[in-house]
Amino acid sequence: MSSTPPPSDRQKSSEQAWAKPSDRLQVDHDMPQGSMNLNVHGRQLNNPLQGFGQMWQKTYRIKLIAPRVPMSGKAATPQDIIAGWKANFPKFWPRGNNFYAPLTEIQPGEVAVLNLKGPGGMPLSTGVRVIYVDDEQFSFMTPQGHMFAGMITFSSFDEDGVYAQVQALIRASDPAYEFFFKLGIIGKMEDEFWTATLQNLAEYFGASGKVELKAVCVDTRWNWGAAKNITHNAAMWSGIYTVTAPLRWFGRKATGKK
Amino acid sequence: MATSKIELAVRKPNSQVGIIDIQGEVTGAAETPLMNAYEEASHNGMRTIILNFSNLEYMNSSGIGLLVTLLIRVNRQKQRLLSYGLSEHYQQIFQLTRLNEAIGIYDDEASALNAAG
Repeated sequence: MSSTPPPSDRQKSSEQAWAKPSDRLQVDHDMPQGSMNLNVHGRQLNNPLQGFGQMWQKTYRIKLIAPRVPMSGKAATPQDIIAGWKANFPKFWPRGNNFYAPLTEIQPGEVAVLNLKGPGGMPLSTGVRVIYVDDEQFSFMTPQGHMFAGMITFSSFDEDGVYAQVQALIRASDPAYEFFFKLGIIGKMEDEFWTATLQNLAEYFGASGKVELKAVCVDTRWNWGAAKNITHNAAMWSGIYTVTAPLRWFGRKATGKK
Repeated sequence: MATSKIELAVRKPNSQVGIIDIQGEVTGAAETPLMNAYEEASHNGMRTIILNFSNLEYMNSSGIGLLVTLLIRVNRQKQRLLSYGLSEHYQQIFQLTRLNEAIGIYDDEASALNAAG
């Protein structure tokens, strides 16, 4: 009788690094009071092929000058950078933008709810799922309704110096987001967001450095088959939720609920 | 960036199909060799490109991103992209990332060639 050979170490590490597939996202963790838990539970993940707009690969990179591991003070390696990034991920985000995940450290399969400052400061609730984690990089995929359909990878490597990098392979999810992206509004917000995040990461490791951006248009075509994604637009649903808050407040008062 | 740990070979079993045999790791470092292999496999108007993952040792999330950009090139040329030899683990990863909706997955070369027509 033949038997299946045992998995190799490489296969085992791959099985540990990747999330398991799931048809729809589930948000099972508690959210802080005052936060918005919308546009994540029940949504599917979208890769860039399922988005509408032109496809871009945007790479934000910082060369960390003299990074040190906090507390020990030893010179930080790329693995130290990733370990610190995973353990403190929400802390590096610009103020006013929140990442609510069930665990304190980034793990494969986690679903996080994001509360972001959208265009004009309007609150926007969406999410991400952690699809891959190892000691050199970790990656998220975005759900239906997120500004971008795609993947974003956080990595650190040694290339004649220690670098930290955020690389996004993305399309605007629907025509509305693509319109604002073309106006420069969403793209500028994204560039500022990741630049600030990398600078905060550098500060955590006691390092200096300048963030460089490289943007490559991978596909100039619009994916008209994905125009219907607009029905999931998280900015729209978050806006409706926000402006109807007084109605929910009156409803709770009328029914005696808290 | 890390050194590429991938070896690629290109075969053309007929006038319509190019097969890329992948051995090693599909990571970000594999971009140049994979795109070069695609150019070779695609030469002379191949209608279908088949990726043979039978000897795939490892693929990380950057590798999945590479497959997405490969798909864009394939679609631009109005070609099809099929695959075979994926382990159950990597079939699950294709399902997780919804790449299974864009890349045909087959059990073996004969099935993939049959699907290529």
